[in-house]
Amino acid sequence: MKLRIRVLLPAGYGLNCDAETVYALERAGASVNRVHLNLLLQGGVRLEEHQLLVLMGGFGWGDDHGAGVIQAVRLRTHLGEELAGFIARGGLVIGICNGFQVLANLGLLPGFNGDYRTRAVALLPNECGMFRDQWVRLAIDPASPCVFTRGIASAELPVRHGEGKFYAAPGVIEKLRTGRQIVLRYALADGSPAQGRFPDNPNGSVDDIAGICDPTGRVFGLMPHPEAFNDWTNHPDWTRLRERARRSGRLFGEEPTVGLRIFENAIRHLRQA
Amino acid sequence: MPARLEIALRPELVDAEGEAVRRKAREYFGIETRRIRTVHILTLDLALTAEERERLRREIFTNPVTQRSAFGTLALPADWVLWVGLRPGVRDNAGATAIEAIEDLLGRRLAPAEGVYTSKRYCIEAPRASRRDLERIASELLANDLIQQWRLWSAAEWDPQEGVGLVVPRVRLERRPSVTTIPVATDEELLRISRERGLALHPRDVPVIRSYFQDPRVQDARRAVGLADPTDVELEYISQARSDHCNHNTFRGRFHYREAEGGMVETIDNLFATYIEEPTLLIAREKPWVVSVLWDNAGAGRLDGEHHYVITGETHNSPSNLEAYGGAITGIVGVYRDPLGTGRGAKLILGGWGFCVGPRDYAGPLRPRLHPRRLLDGVVEGVRDGGNKSGIPTVFGQVLFDPGYMGKCLVFVTAVGLMPAQVAGEPSEKKTTTAGDLIVMCGGRVGKDGIHGVTASSEVFSEHTPAGHVQIGDPYTQKKMHDFLLEARDEGLIRFITDNGGGGLSSSIGESARFANGAEVALEKVPLKYAGLDPWEIWVSESQERMTVAVRPEDAPRFLELSRRHGVESTVIGRYTDSGKLHLTYEGRTCAYVDLDLLRGGFPQWEFEAEWIPPERRGLAEPVLGEPQELSGLLLDLLAGPNLASTEWIPRQYDHEVQGGSVIKPLLGVERDVPADAAVLRPLLSSRRGLAYAQAILPFYSRIDAFAMTACTIDEAFRRVLAVGGDPEHVGGVDNFCWPSIQYDPVANPDGRFKAAQLVRACRALKETCLAYGIPLLSGKDSMYVDGHLHGRYGETHKVSALETMQFSTISVVEDIRRCMSPDVKMEGDLLFAAGLTRDELGGSEYYRHLGYTGLKVPQVRAADFLPLYRAIAALVREERIASLHGVYRGGLAVHLALIAMAGGLGLRVETRDVPAEGIRRLDTLLFSESAGRFLFTAAPERRNEIEARLQGLPVACIGEVLREPRLEIRGLEGNVALAVSLEDLRAAWKRPFGHLARAEKGEG
Repeated sequence: MKLRIRVLLPAGYGLNCDAETVYALERAGASVNRVHLNLLLQGGVRLEEHQLLVLMGGFGWGDDHGAGVIQAVRLRTHLGEELAGFIARGGLVIGICNGFQVLANLGLLPGFNGDYRTRAVALLPNECGMFRDQWVRLAIDPASPCVFTRGIASAELPVRHGEGKFYAAPGVIEKLRTGRQIVLRYALADGSPAQGRFPDNPNGSVDDIAGICDPTGRVFGLMPHPEAFNDWTNHPDWTRLRERARRSGRLFGEEPTVGLRIFENAIRHLRQA
Repeated sequence: MPARLEIALRPELVDAEGEAVRRKAREYFGIETRRIRTVHILTLDLALTAEERERLRREIFTNPVTQRSAFGTLALPADWVLWVGLRPGVRDNAGATAIEAIEDLLGRRLAPAEGVYTSKRYCIEAPRASRRDLERIASELLANDLIQQWRLWSAAEWDPQEGVGLVVPRVRLERRPSVTTIPVATDEELLRISRERGLALHPRDVPVIRSYFQDPRVQDARRAVGLADPTDVELEYISQARSDHCNHNTFRGRFHYREAEGGMVETIDNLFATYIEEPTLLIAREKPWVVSVLWDNAGAGRLDGEHHYVITGETHNSPSNLEAYGGAITGIVGVYRDPLGTGRGAKLILGGWGFCVGPRDYAGPLRPRLHPRRLLDGVVEGVRDGGNKSGIPTVFGQVLFDPGYMGKCLVFVTAVGLMPAQVAGEPSEKKTTTAGDLIVMCGGRVGKDGIHGVTASSEVFSEHTPAGHVQIGDPYTQKKMHDFLLEARDEGLIRFITDNGGGGLSSSIGESARFANGAEVALEKVPLKYAGLDPWEIWVSESQERMTVAVRPEDAPRFLELSRRHGVESTVIGRYTDSGKLHLTYEGRTCAYVDLDLLRGGFPQWEFEAEWIPPERRGLAEPVLGEPQELSGLLLDLLAGPNLASTEWIPRQYDHEVQGGSVIKPLLGVERDVPADAAVLRPLLSSRRGLAYAQAILPFYSRIDAFAMTACTIDEAFRRVLAVGGDPEHVGGVDNFCWPSIQYDPVANPDGRFKAAQLVRACRALKETCLAYGIPLLSGKDSMYVDGHLHGRYGETHKVSALETMQFSTISVVEDIRRCMSPDVKMEGDLLFAAGLTRDELGGSEYYRHLGYTGLKVPQVRAADFLPLYRAIAALVREERIASLHGVYRGGLAVHLALIAMAGGLGLRVETRDVPAEGIRRLDTLLFSESAGRFLFTAAPERRNEIEARLQGLPVACIGEVLREPRLEIRGLEGNVALAVSLEDLRAAWKRPFGHLARAEKGEG
């Protein structure tokens, strides 16, 4: 019998990816506890009873004072050291889009030297000046410790944000690079980094950074939405891919999407832990 | 003592917000600035200790990685400093979330007298710009004086010590709320009061209202509760309920229709009953999937055995015309409350948009309040923020440009929701109020904003229209309320739910009280944004993000507990009764006591004279045109026309994938830039069933005949959902009429009778076409008075009326999304087929308009002829025989060939001789006619025989093939190459007008 992996998914306050995040996690075999954030903050639900914390996308508090800022303040005020303890005990954390912004504002990322409080990276308004919904190509660092991307070399996923430009001081970027913490980079069709080229790099992120992890690889933040590629019919080219498969007599859409594989990796890691 | 916190990005970082302003200043006005940096200001009107202040600054409002901040003035280089803040009483969304964060961090509730206000300071480096330039940037780009205030300093005037000063836009109403009684002895007196108070009462309604209050039995009953003459609360209530916006008096009116020169004469008693209700009931009887129509906030259809979808469409024209961003965000957030208030409440799953505005590059003498360019930018951004922050995918839309929309723009917003078929063991689409149920108001608070919105939108816009009804929607507050209400629904706590939109509480309670037959409301219990509102203002205010819910007393504790958990304010403000009366009190004293059935009967019908003049009699004729020789150049120029060009920049900003069920996206193809025929969603992620959604809008045909306009619009919207794989037996429709004023007046509206006749004809076409295709009208709305008076060069004003416009939305069920279709041609060597006859129907076409003509032969819908073809094509899709499918719409065959080729990134060779056609002798007619009823599709060559066998007897032919070489090659009727152009050139032309807007680059010209 497979081990039950319990996932905590705080919702409410303008977060909006509940349905697909729950679906993707359940497809990956997890048991999802979707709770209103207030229940978590007021102690009605305990983080420690879970193995994976998912901070989902949306517009927490309308993103009015910097994306993810107020949610981070509230989590820090009410959970404080519980978060670091959760990571230290082997728990996994993934922050997607708004969730990534929360992780950056909490200081859970980059998490250098076990310091999960210091803010050193940020997500700024897109350089193009507007919110964009588009699919991006991602190059994945195979040598990254990130447990979520094991065995995945590249991916296509949608981004949907107005504040996704990754920024950190040059010294921090260097440290991320040497620690192989830069998990995802926006890439061109041939898989090479976009080198800032718009719209392949949709927001002007420094070094094309789309997602980073902490040094343990158990805390992962990314702007693209893996939960939004939960079925092959999500892919913008799927009708063309289907037609090609038909002509060559191949089945189409049988394999799990890369979006699901990211969650499956997390569940597999926790089962093996 | 208030404090001003200034926050700015560190100087080494790109300020994308400032850059966007710099780009717009150049694009709008040609004003060059070197650099613009923004400073975000929070004015904290709070009782704080110095430590608390510093904590807020550091822990909430400053990102140490990217920002710097200070209490006081930050030093930034600037030749000019421009400050923009909101006027008192305008919704400050960021201010409200700041308060939430502060309360959480400090662990205490702020006092009512405390407040937080946001504003911005722009530091502009522009050594060569003049004060006049900066004033333009302030007043025509950054601030709208209806909602904002601004101040400008030159470098010399700027005092860093003083900075922008301390502006606290708190609303202070230094008065005690009161109820005024208004004697209405005569009709003249009531009419005068109506004018003075802006009640917009129809003169025919006046005697009915006056005699009600003079009825001795009514007077006796009123005496018993301490009332005599009508109160302001009562008159305002009646005015709201009788407005055209709420009561649809025009559509329920009596029309005397006649055709010129002894033609047909007919009286239509109630357009709505005759042309909308009747066919819909007929169709609903034959379509078991129709669940609920014609009464609720949205209509409902069956998705599967366990779920219903609900759909409705709205417009938000007048407010958007005054304040584009605020109007549009309020519009989309507002329409999202309709599904939420349908049945026991539906989850929002889809949004649609449609914008009609003046030419973006308008440079003529008329001076609209907002230039079309600024207006469109504001509308685009309003729908973006409203939709994205609601967490609802915005999946389909269109924009059209025509000078007629400079009088008033059109902003269509459509919403689809999903609800379980059963809620707590009862059918979800049914709801009622019962005496004893509590009346609960949820969501936002009530302020002076939005008073007289519905009466204002029921009038032709004049320069004196009060600006009080301009609001800023708050998607964040509403999203919290949405999530809360769905949880309450699933626990069976909601007996009835409806939204507070037009008319506010007066409408939501007035209408829901009809079920129980009475209501009592204590108006002082309604939570207010600030003190000092009169009871009548509380009753009719349209302050946004509110729902009215009926809750059984025993369920109230749980309902309110859930509400608190979600951070949503809910307040019991009264109860439903069975007294037959609407009984309002304020601090224990009765301020309104009206029979509920007063508004149901007794009012005279509005009457309209409608006189149809056929297009020939209006001087329209086919132009005398020799055949063009440069077809390639012609096609490129058509593609570069504003109404066919790529408008990628708009859907690109709209989150169309949230909720995770995106199947057919708004932009498709190898470069993901070609618009899809329709959107498809997988609303239940674990199911293969899909929902297809599309819209169509063809106002240009109204220049010839609004009958053809309506029929063609419905036909297009119908074909659009079929083109992605929708089921022709399950297509529901939503009609949104936007019409110029139809009330004849020899001076103010001399062609009112003709516009009324156009409306009658449009309604006839609506009924005929919907009956022929079996489309029930699941929902619909009308917005009349799409006219405006614009100033011209010499101080004169011009009445500008919009084209008679109807947006039609369609929704269909896709049995298995894995069989969905897209328009992009797929494989080299595939065969290209044309389905449906092309006829000599260039009237109202893009081609004619490009050459400066209207023409006469407008496309006709032959629904009975078309339907067998549509069903056959749907069968090809179901049987997975074809590779791509696309409808032929505005612009005609050549334009749509170009689109499917660009989408596939592959070329096409087309033999026009083989195109199924009737009565066509010229290539330009064949290529640019906008005949309805047509599709293009491609298929693998080996499927040709089976496809032809399946389509036997139908007007379908193979007309060419897909090429590897990326070019469109069209052979003429004699087999010569008549048009050959590369996809690169096609795309460049198609992106010429607006392509730069998607890339945030400098535009041409």
